[in-house]
Amino acid sequence: MPEGEGTAEIWLRPPRNTLNERVVSWWRVQWLLMTAVPVVPLAVLGALIEPARFWLLLPAVVLAAAGGGAAVLLPLWWFRTHRWEVTEDAVYVRTGFFWQEWRIAPMSRIQTVDTVRGPLEQLFRLATVTVTTASSKGAVRIEGLDHEIAAELAERLTRITRATPGDAT
Amino acid sequence: MSTPQTPYAPEDGWRRLDPRTVLVTALVVAGVVAGAAVPATLGLARWLGLPGAVLWALAAAVGIIGVAAGADRVRWHRTRYRIGAERVDLHTGLLLVKRRSLARERIRTVDLTANLLLRLLGLVTVRIGTGEHGGDSTLELDPVTRAEGERLRLLLLERATTPQPGEHRDGELATLDPRWIRYAPVSFVAPMLGGAAVGAVMQISEWVGAQGEVIAWVGDRFQETPLLWVIVTLVAAALAAGVVGALGLWIEMWWNYRLEREPGGTIRVRRGLFTSRSISVEEARLRGVDLVEPLGVRLVGAARLDAITTGLAQDNESKNADHNTVLPAVPRPLADSVAAAILREEATPTGAPLTRHPRAARGRRLRWSLAAALAPVLLLTLLGALLTPVLLWIALGCAVVFLPLAVALALDAYRNLGHALSGRYLVTRSGTLRRSTAALERAGVIGWTVKQSYFQRRAGLLTLTATTAAGGGAYSAYDTDAAEGLTFAAEAVPGLLEPFLERDVRPGP
Repeated sequence: MPEGEGTAEIWLRPPRNTLNERVVSWWRVQWLLMTAVPVVPLAVLGALIEPARFWLLLPAVVLAAAGGGAAVLLPLWWFRTHRWEVTEDAVYVRTGFFWQEWRIAPMSRIQTVDTVRGPLEQLFRLATVTVTTASSKGAVRIEGLDHEIAAELAERLTRITRATPGDAT
Repeated sequence: MSTPQTPYAPEDGWRRLDPRTVLVTALVVAGVVAGAAVPATLGLARWLGLPGAVLWALAAAVGIIGVAAGADRVRWHRTRYRIGAERVDLHTGLLLVKRRSLARERIRTVDLTANLLLRLLGLVTVRIGTGEHGGDSTLELDPVTRAEGERLRLLLLERATTPQPGEHRDGELATLDPRWIRYAPVSFVAPMLGGAAVGAVMQISEWVGAQGEVIAWVGDRFQETPLLWVIVTLVAAALAAGVVGALGLWIEMWWNYRLEREPGGTIRVRRGLFTSRSISVEEARLRGVDLVEPLGVRLVGAARLDAITTGLAQDNESKNADHNTVLPAVPRPLADSVAAAILREEATPTGAPLTRHPRAARGRRLRWSLAAALAPVLLLTLLGALLTPVLLWIALGCAVVFLPLAVALALDAYRNLGHALSGRYLVTRSGTLRRSTAALERAGVIGWTVKQSYFQRRAGLLTLTATTAAGGGAYSAYDTDAAEGLTFAAEAVPGLLEPFLERDVRPGP
């Protein structure tokens, strides 16, 4: 647990569930792709342009090292801090490491439940569930769920919210 | 659906817009064309000579006006609306027929707007809104007669009157006091308008091809004067123009201002000198008020009131035109009493004593604002060391001016932080250039977001955000004490945060 929590007499407990382990690989691939966008052109140009080789390859190596390091370490940290939980009354999600964020949306206020699977997520059999409320700033996203759990969760949320009266504002 | 042609029989309740819309469109387009024609004619005159240019411009103007009026005639012909028992329908469009329908029970606002031209003709534009996000939530009837607009407003907002708690008067809550105009020049509008005036002079002189002459003329006035005085005089002149503009704008926006509560449980704002606006907000949709004090206004002891409601028209046009302001800048005690009257409370929750935030929040604000002030100073010092010592003097000047200002603003920002519970309301305050004290109904909170950066975690602070369907969508208490903030949030909305809290647990490392 991060420091500081020990001093508070009252604290937000971590949500019960972790994400699927495959999310670590998914985050890593995303990082590597993001790193490749500047590194590959630099490396190719460096290989082709003899006089500027050093000044092209140097940033390429630095960026590749930084991106690679981040790809190894950050997802491990994230995996420990990203957690989620759905109770009978609310959806509760914790995200972020340097900027940690806890979001709570009560069942009675949920308006839509969306499941999205990007191409990379499909590769890792993952899915993202987005729960929106009537507030333009109150959406709750759970990234990196196993796609079967995500579908089940979306179905369950839809069922509960349909059974809850009120216009959600 | 393309066929068959729907019979728009008047006995089915189908109505048309007012046919004078064609005249309105023609006149508006004529005005725009006239505005564009002057520079265009002057430009053309260089090649065609003045008579030829005028002739061409006239022909083009008549053509454009004719096309616009014709298009509007077709639009009028193809537009019908109907207020049914259950739904409001609007059918319009020539090739792509748009049929839109709103359930009457979901209608939250009916706003009437009339610019000078419409007012002279006795017409209004009616916008019927459900207050949901997205483009299809507002129907616009442009234009109908004023009587028809008033009929629609009363008809659509008529609800079974629900008894409201508290003994509060119906009818007038506030009317315009012309003395309020003294707060107009201290708003941020004045310097902005001043800048715009300078820009306009430059632009017009460029059209006429006399920009150089204007600059030369200004230069001549100041031949003997030192540069500093030239700058001071020009800035003062621009500011004076801005003040005049701000006064004019205030008169146009707030003349005939009336805030009243109607028997059906609707808050209605009417205002405007040339363009008259009528904005009605169903009280059931009101989630609180926001007492806004821009720095200049706050320094003279005034405040303005914004309503926090779900379901104000969400389109771009109304977003710019401070649609949710229910009271212009007025003396603070009056703003407080009007806020209490709007919310049907004895005393306004925005005046409740607030819990201050920990001193660590002050350190954060001081660091941010000193960093922002030091950045240009350091940059200038660096450049000065490399290039020319003049920059060093400018850097010194910047430091002397900016650093005390930064400290003052940071301390003020810290002093303004606060939050509290007051009866049915949750109150948060923050900001220095624009201090906002928002009182949000606790029942209107539809979720919590708790944020904590690495530095906040070390300082034992967190930022608490209540999300809501109304107003800005979220209201935050920045940098509260971690434990106190969570207790506050749990107490504000019983049951929501509670299941996720751990109390009196001191987890070891």
